[in-house]
Amino acid sequence: MPSTTTTRPMHVPTSGTAVGELLRVDNLQVHFPITRGIFQRQVGTVRAVDGVSFAIKQGETLGLVGESGCGKSTTGRAILQLHKPTGGSVRLQGKELTTLSGEDVRRLRREMQMVFQDPYASLNPRKRVGSIIGGPMKIHGVGDKGERKQRVQDLLETVGLSPEHYNRFPHEFSGGQRQRIGVARALALRPKLVVADEPVSALDVSVQAQVINLLDELQDEFHLTYIFIAHDLGVVRHVSDRIAVMYLGKLVELSPAEELYQRPIMPYTEALLSAVPIPDPDLSEQRERIVLQGDVPSPIDPPSGCRFHPRCRYMTEICREVEPPLTDYGNGHFAACHHPLNVDAETLRRVEASEKLSPRSADEDATPVDPGKGRSQPVPRIPDSR
Amino acid sequence: MKDLRTQFFTQDGVVKAVNGVSFTLNEGEALGLVGESGCGKSVSALSLMRLIPQPPGRIVSGEVWFDGRNLLKLKEDDMRKVRGNDIAMIFQDPMTSLNPVLTIGRQISEALELHKGMDRSAARKRTIELLELVGIPAARSRVDDYPHQFSGGMRQRVMIAMALSCEPKLLLADEPTTALDVTIQAQILDLIKRLRQELGMAIIMITHDLGVVAGIADRINVMYAGYIVETGTADELFHNPRHPYTLGLLKSIPRLDEPRKEKLVPIEGLPPDLVDPPPGCPFQPRCPYAVERCVPENPSLEPVVPGHRIACWVDVTGSANPQVELAAQAV
Repeated sequence: MPSTTTTRPMHVPTSGTAVGELLRVDNLQVHFPITRGIFQRQVGTVRAVDGVSFAIKQGETLGLVGESGCGKSTTGRAILQLHKPTGGSVRLQGKELTTLSGEDVRRLRREMQMVFQDPYASLNPRKRVGSIIGGPMKIHGVGDKGERKQRVQDLLETVGLSPEHYNRFPHEFSGGQRQRIGVARALALRPKLVVADEPVSALDVSVQAQVINLLDELQDEFHLTYIFIAHDLGVVRHVSDRIAVMYLGKLVELSPAEELYQRPIMPYTEALLSAVPIPDPDLSEQRERIVLQGDVPSPIDPPSGCRFHPRCRYMTEICREVEPPLTDYGNGHFAACHHPLNVDAETLRRVEASEKLSPRSADEDATPVDPGKGRSQPVPRIPDSR
Repeated sequence: MKDLRTQFFTQDGVVKAVNGVSFTLNEGEALGLVGESGCGKSVSALSLMRLIPQPPGRIVSGEVWFDGRNLLKLKEDDMRKVRGNDIAMIFQDPMTSLNPVLTIGRQISEALELHKGMDRSAARKRTIELLELVGIPAARSRVDDYPHQFSGGMRQRVMIAMALSCEPKLLLADEPTTALDVTIQAQILDLIKRLRQELGMAIIMITHDLGVVAGIADRINVMYAGYIVETGTADELFHNPRHPYTLGLLKSIPRLDEPRKEKLVPIEGLPPDLVDPPPGCPFQPRCPYAVERCVPENPSLEPVVPGHRIACWVDVTGSANPQVELAAQAV
């Protein structure tokens, strides 16, 4: 199977060369056991993240979207090793993180930080702003007391607060200001990678725009790389260079941002985009809206084949039985679907031709795949850096 | 609703949540109440239902005329008959709004027995019909399930079924889809639209999401700091917004129907403190178009074109005031 990747024209501009690559996630899996009884016997598994692969270039913003329970937050946390991945690899600048000891991971957190969704719950109410933002520096032994104070005050200014706020408590701030404190804390150690998990969803729209602009400015200033996790497709489009769409623990589409909105390939993406309400009465009247039936199935017992098939309007027999691989449709646009939309005939021919070279053709997969093997299938198809 | 004022008397002072809100709603009409948190949109709706917790809250003045009766003057017993019967409400969080220890069937039929005087079996039959109406699959068997056995979207359907049980004339929907995923939100909005057509009820839709109201409301009230600052038909408001706050809101959201912008245009500053609101126009400290007059005097809601009213001294898009144009360029 790896041979097929070389036969395919691999033009993945955004994942770029190995030089600019900051993070590479290969076949990441995070499973949570469901236990029962006093012996904590395992009775099932929540496949929260089930074989996700992507690479991020330095300075890039990757948007991670999907509905609740699709595994986007778990992916973000597993990258930072806040959840121990069940399988797969996470490499930061070529360094494997999943096998590191706790102490080593802690040391590496200097390089990667997180901004949380809830600006109320993510700041300790009994600590002053100064010690919240200075905390990471203290833990990592950066500078002495005076230097740290200076840094914190600089940071406060950088995120649009006043250095005089140093001695205040979190409750004295509004939601937007607290999120700025959360951002300052994440930046305290000058990380390379920031995972922002729904950083603006708890904020009012007028304040949302302030925080988005701030994140944008900081990215330029500190040359940050973001993984931006959000469910708001408008916000994600605004901030992202590339966007990954997840559904039930799987990466179903990965594309340059604008292209995803113009030309979604996966029917789930199409439906997701059409469901976003648009603030224009005429447009919202005219526009074709695809209303998906039913709910997202449970990740404990995901549907066979393509996980989206029970809700998909293009569903055929093959979707029920065969899990579609993540396929390269050119221009850095990947999607996992048996009935790709918005793909011209020539691209389709090319993709099918390279598919034939694959030792694991669709027919062989006709039986429901066994979790271990079948789910690892998309691995070699990830945006490659060579 | 006429000149409604609701205040909360707290330790830190009097929170002026709603400051003289007036509007009318016709039979079968859908009205959107839009604004950010703390703008008074939910408090207006709760005041209408007389559900303001008292103390600390109090409806200081105003009248709410519904079908020829002033709801604020009704006896508590009479008001209870109005609630659920004539006016029903659905809330943002369908989990905390349902009783977790009662089956959903029981919760819906209770209202039917109470308001409609149905007996148990008739109420149960009607409950199943209602659950089918709101699109719950296998309603006959699910009627005996408990709330935790339903997903978020399904719970919201149950809430809607409950609200519809007595065929209300007015449905108050307070952020009914905010807690839901977009695909589920689309389902619920479609359901509300369909039911409104079938049952001909009026709707007040309270939301912070301009996209949601655009798809559903005939008329929209934009609220800020307890005042209505702009009101008009949905078409007018979205195509010809005139209050600086509405303009700011529309500009600050990244929209899928427009090309991607280099930078978002946020509204600078923070929403005002309602204990100690700024003098004059409440939006004045954040307003890029503010003129001298805005500080001492709070503008009232005045028509700019028929059916479209704004509370602003500076008609931003209408006038050719050079100062305004300068400010517009700066934005």
